[in-house]
Amino acid sequence: MSRLIDRRQWSKGKSTVNRQRFLRRYKSQIKKAISEQINKRSVTDLDSGENISIPSRDIREPTFRNGDGGVRERVYPGNKEFVTGDRVKRPLSGEGKGQGRRASDSGEGQDEFKFEISKDEYLDLLFEDLELPRLTTTQSKKTERFKTVRAGYKTEGVPANLSVIRSLRGALARRIALSGESRRNLRELTEALEQDEDKLSEQEREEMRLQIEELRQRIAKVPFIDTFDLRFHSFVKQPMPATQAVMFCLMDVSGSMDQATKDMAKRFFLLLYLFLSKTYKHVNVVFIRHHTQAKEVDEQEFFYSQETGGTVVSSALKLMDEIIRARYSPALWNIYAAQASDGDNWGDDSPICQDLLAQRILPVVKYYSYIEITKRNHQSLWEHYAELAGEFKNFAMQQIEEPEDIYPVFRELFKKQHA
Amino acid sequence: MRKQPLTTQSEWTFELIEAYHTEIARIAKEFGLDTYPNQIEVITSEQMLDAYASVGMPIGYHHWSFGKHFISNEQRYKRGHMGLAYEIVINSNPCIAYLMEENTMMMQCLVMAHACYGHNSFFKGNYLFQTWTDAEAIIDYLLFARHFITECEQKYGITAVENLLDSCHALMNHGVDRYKRPHPISLREEKRRQAEREAFFQSQINEIWRTLPTPKEKSTAAEQVRFPKEPQENILYFIEKNAPLLEGWQREIIRIVRKIGQYFYPQRQTQVMNEGWASFWHYTIMNKMYDEGLINEGFMLEFLHSHTNVVYQPHFDSPHFSGINPYALGFAMYMDLKRICQEPDDEDREWFPEIAGKDWIATLDHAMRNYKDESFIAQFLSPKIIRQLRLFAVLDDEKRSELEIEAIHNTQGYQKIRELLSNQYNLSMNEPNIQVWEVDKRGDRSLTLRHTPHNNVPLADTYDEVMKHLHRLWGFDVKLDTINENGEVERLCTINTGNAQRQRA
Repeated sequence: MSRLIDRRQWSKGKSTVNRQRFLRRYKSQIKKAISEQINKRSVTDLDSGENISIPSRDIREPTFRNGDGGVRERVYPGNKEFVTGDRVKRPLSGEGKGQGRRASDSGEGQDEFKFEISKDEYLDLLFEDLELPRLTTTQSKKTERFKTVRAGYKTEGVPANLSVIRSLRGALARRIALSGESRRNLRELTEALEQDEDKLSEQEREEMRLQIEELRQRIAKVPFIDTFDLRFHSFVKQPMPATQAVMFCLMDVSGSMDQATKDMAKRFFLLLYLFLSKTYKHVNVVFIRHHTQAKEVDEQEFFYSQETGGTVVSSALKLMDEIIRARYSPALWNIYAAQASDGDNWGDDSPICQDLLAQRILPVVKYYSYIEITKRNHQSLWEHYAELAGEFKNFAMQQIEEPEDIYPVFRELFKKQHA
Repeated sequence: MRKQPLTTQSEWTFELIEAYHTEIARIAKEFGLDTYPNQIEVITSEQMLDAYASVGMPIGYHHWSFGKHFISNEQRYKRGHMGLAYEIVINSNPCIAYLMEENTMMMQCLVMAHACYGHNSFFKGNYLFQTWTDAEAIIDYLLFARHFITECEQKYGITAVENLLDSCHALMNHGVDRYKRPHPISLREEKRRQAEREAFFQSQINEIWRTLPTPKEKSTAAEQVRFPKEPQENILYFIEKNAPLLEGWQREIIRIVRKIGQYFYPQRQTQVMNEGWASFWHYTIMNKMYDEGLINEGFMLEFLHSHTNVVYQPHFDSPHFSGINPYALGFAMYMDLKRICQEPDDEDREWFPEIAGKDWIATLDHAMRNYKDESFIAQFLSPKIIRQLRLFAVLDDEKRSELEIEAIHNTQGYQKIRELLSNQYNLSMNEPNIQVWEVDKRGDRSLTLRHTPHNNVPLADTYDEVMKHLHRLWGFDVKLDTINENGEVERLCTINTGNAQRQRA
């Protein structure tokens, strides 16, 4: 009459669909919340999802309810000192809370609805409709790395690849196949000879012995192992697309770059990092800062240390080129670079930058984006870079004036290009 | 003849659950509890959260609002702001009860007594459940609803279905038949009828709205019969049958929401009785098991600890106070009924002459079967309980600067408190009284609702949003009237058709 069922293994996440429906419905609010929170994250913080809070009034489900006011009579528990006819000030102590709670029965009453989304959901929402430029074409054109994988067995090969088990198994099968009939005849003859020895004439016995001898020789002639039996492990090379990327962050830290400008640059780098890590398993980050000299530093120093002095952009490009040659072979790494600057550069240096980029760097990187964070007019660096932009498809540049521009500019740089 | 405890460990196993369940079933039978067969399912806390989000429906259709509840429960649970209920039980035949795997052996015992015999017998016995819900067919119906809605999503798009469901949910509380009884039907029958209904309704609707008025009719328009003839309280039902522009599938979805609302309606009317009944029986059954020696002192202490938490009633001035705890009130009342039967004093003989000293099992059974919260309290709230809970009544008139204490737990106050507390559980007093008043059949086809305030309590300002939802369903102008303090009809809001066509396009 009763049943006891262990349901624990059953359909976990029955609410998954409903949860996705919720995210789908409030996508625009969630996206807004996400883009507001971007600058609070560290560049390489990827493990966490994001806490989202959206205004409760947007998600409430309205019903007809009684409002406040009018005449109410209610019964409460726990009378201590009241007697009939007493007058008491509003609110009855403790009731203030009760009011709030009553409102929150329907999920309202709080100003914010807070929840967490997972890392994947976060990245999907953040980078919806974006893609890495030239990603597919470059990968299919040249695959520089191979990996060796097993691909069954073959009949030829070097002795080192000999598969002993397979070879012997083959030999055994061949021996059984070739000598099977002879063995059966031999067995029958032997048995007949032993059982009916007395009944048979000497001549018959002699004949049978000869036959047995012949069969034995025939069996012995089947070789234990033959070249025909040999099997070798087969290995084939498969092209392997590089799944690692390195991202170069180049930033001007000369006196003219104040902390606010650096923060804007940081948000841009952060976006790029998150975006890359959505596509690649491993993303290395190289921070290069420069004034008149360039230096490779860690994240903390990159964003927060103070420097002064003039600006020579080419120093950073040279250092980047050296690092690529030394550590990040373009054959193994997908190289991306983002450069942030306020546009200042030592006048004679800009043509050098253009040459360096055109000849050394742009041919090996997947994408190079330059953002200029300034409200002033463009200087020589922008103009020289503009020439590159016409020439190279993997070079892009944008100007950022206000922090609000960063996300739109990022989207502009990486929006899906329909060929 | 004390028996050996079945276990002294707190870990549960399936064998132990079976063993205890057999004992609980035996004791419940001795007390004459009549139940549906039980289907006990062990689930994880994650699955419990799932069950929460779908308000206990074992099979629910998909909607973002369930996702919202799931997310908010999950957040609160993860942060430790909320404990999960020990059990969820579903009014179906067989009666499905969920046990959480985190529970100790004692908890599983408690839950089985509470849900599988307390709630279960209540579902089977109480007249409201017998009249309004059909335990045999509910699972089938939910399955049908889910398939139908998924099918509609594929045919007409997720957004179209979602918008419709939003609008239906907004009016769900006003989609209940309070007087007529629905017919039980099986899944196959439901499907067949659905197709029939779709064709039939459409022809009917066209009939109602076929208006090619001749000049003669026009002159007598003022004397035309009102439509509807009498105000209708079941707004969703009215829309389902009469909204001019809805398509068949839309009417069917309205019907589904209405039906599910109807199914849960008795639960909202019997909170105190239902929880009190289940608490009374888990307490009685556990004590009996202890008396027989089936559980030991350690078990019993753990049980009493949980039990006291469940039936704890914070005082009005406590920070934990959030209204009257239905478990506390219900449990106290059933315990008191038992006491009145077994050891009545003079007061009881005066207040309850017909039950004092009678057989307690029969008396409680009668009380469980034939009442809802409102009438149960009006009938059985004894002076002793009023004293025990130190109940008092407060009059809150917004026109007066101070609250007035109307009654306390004394001889003059008992009757008043009983009456007021009973009203407090009268759903029609807690929900605004809004009815379909009139449809302008010959004119702009506008639909007018009328709100009749009780004690001058106004509508909360969410009505505007709800009316927008109503407008989406009705398709033409919708208006909301209320009656103000001077007894005059006052227009609260009008939603125009202007944007409706755009929405539909």
